[in-house]
Amino acid sequence: MGKTHVKLTVNGREVEGLAEPRTLLIHFLRDELELTGPHIGCDTSHCGACTVDLNGKSIKSCTIFAVQASGAEITTIEGISGADGTLHALQDAFKEHHGLQCGFCTPGMITRAYRLLQDNPNPSEEEIRFGISGNLCRCTGYQNIVKAIQTAARELSAPKEAAE
Amino acid sequence: MIPGQFDYHRPASVSQAIGLLAEFGENARIVAGGHSLIPMMKLRMATPDHLVDIQDIPELKGVREDAGALVIGALVTQTELIASELLAEKCPILRETALQIADPQVRNAGTIGGNVANGDPGNDMPAVMQALAATYDIAGPNGARQVAARDFYEAAFLTALKDGEILTSIRIAAPAAGHGYAYQKQKRKIGDYATAAAAVILEMSVGTCSSASLALTNVGDTPLYAAAASQALVGTALDETAIGNAVAAAKDITDPAADSRGPKDFRTYVAGVMVKRAIETARSRATA
Repeated sequence: MGKTHVKLTVNGREVEGLAEPRTLLIHFLRDELELTGPHIGCDTSHCGACTVDLNGKSIKSCTIFAVQASGAEITTIEGISGADGTLHALQDAFKEHHGLQCGFCTPGMITRAYRLLQDNPNPSEEEIRFGISGNLCRCTGYQNIVKAIQTAARELSAPKEAAE
Repeated sequence: MIPGQFDYHRPASVSQAIGLLAEFGENARIVAGGHSLIPMMKLRMATPDHLVDIQDIPELKGVREDAGALVIGALVTQTELIASELLAEKCPILRETALQIADPQVRNAGTIGGNVANGDPGNDMPAVMQALAATYDIAGPNGARQVAARDFYEAAFLTALKDGEILTSIRIAAPAAGHGYAYQKQKRKIGDYATAAAAVILEMSVGTCSSASLALTNVGDTPLYAAAASQALVGTALDETAIGNAVAAAKDITDPAADSRGPKDFRTYVAGVMVKRAIETARSRATA
């Protein structure tokens, strides 16, 4: 039961490593690649704190082995902001609207919201709530998270104004 | 929670997968979306020595029509099922059901094959497949065979699938155009299994129900095809009396576990409510 070769593209960077087949993707990301943005919350595929983007779809990285993901393109919260550290519109909106309190769910929540807005750039409030139904937040009551996603959606779909 | 150790295999064809299952026998398990198996492995309730990951097998992918039947590959995820225009047009109960399963991330991973093949009484699709009179295509060391969804489930997590076999696709004769359908599910929260749920497919002909097919989720060891309840609807106008008879017949065959979703009596009661709502919704959607 040796280690297997795992090759991923994470946040645009090709990475390779050896992992036991039983290594879950969340552990590979956090322990091998030191990407500690995705969190381990419930560890039972309920809470969504470990959400990452895998080949353009949101998944819970606690319920997939790293070796199953081999060959995939992955985006974590670390890959959402600009290369120079500029916050993504979603990150800005979460900050402005107080879309977090303790912050534990936030990486998963924003990574999920990022994909939601890629799939549906102008979601209704109901579509947002349904879209983030796999991400639990025990602080905010979701109200400000929904507001933040609505704001980011408007921001991202607004035609860019020329700088004066 | 860390699963036990295992060796990992990623075959490229069904025949390779069957070869691996034959080689490793009962120490091997198939993994696709992994959303039933991996949680069980984390709890060490499943400790396979070999995992056969079927994700790269093209024969198991996609939705197609074949000689009038809808054929859904085992690897089709709940998300893909929801997105299928063919299924939305020909068999919309599948979309309605899939949207009530778990959450977006889980639906992106979880497959229809795993949902129907595991024999988990909490899974929603088995009852829907029974209501649709679906057939499962199974490949194994001795060739291919088919088993009707209504004959497939033997007990909790025990099905007609034998060691070494793979469920490759699901075959559904599309219900008649204008049919009524509904999947009504009572659950405590997103991601929960049903307290009780009911699937109904029916046809109306000048105000009279000409065919009906009803099945129940999570109120017994297996999904329950409700033959007597279905029969109670045929030939009626789906009036209050007929619906009442069907509800009583459906409640008669339930045997739910008492668990955190409620005591037996409550879950049987909820099953009755789901049956009533499903029939009424299906009737309102039937166009003939």
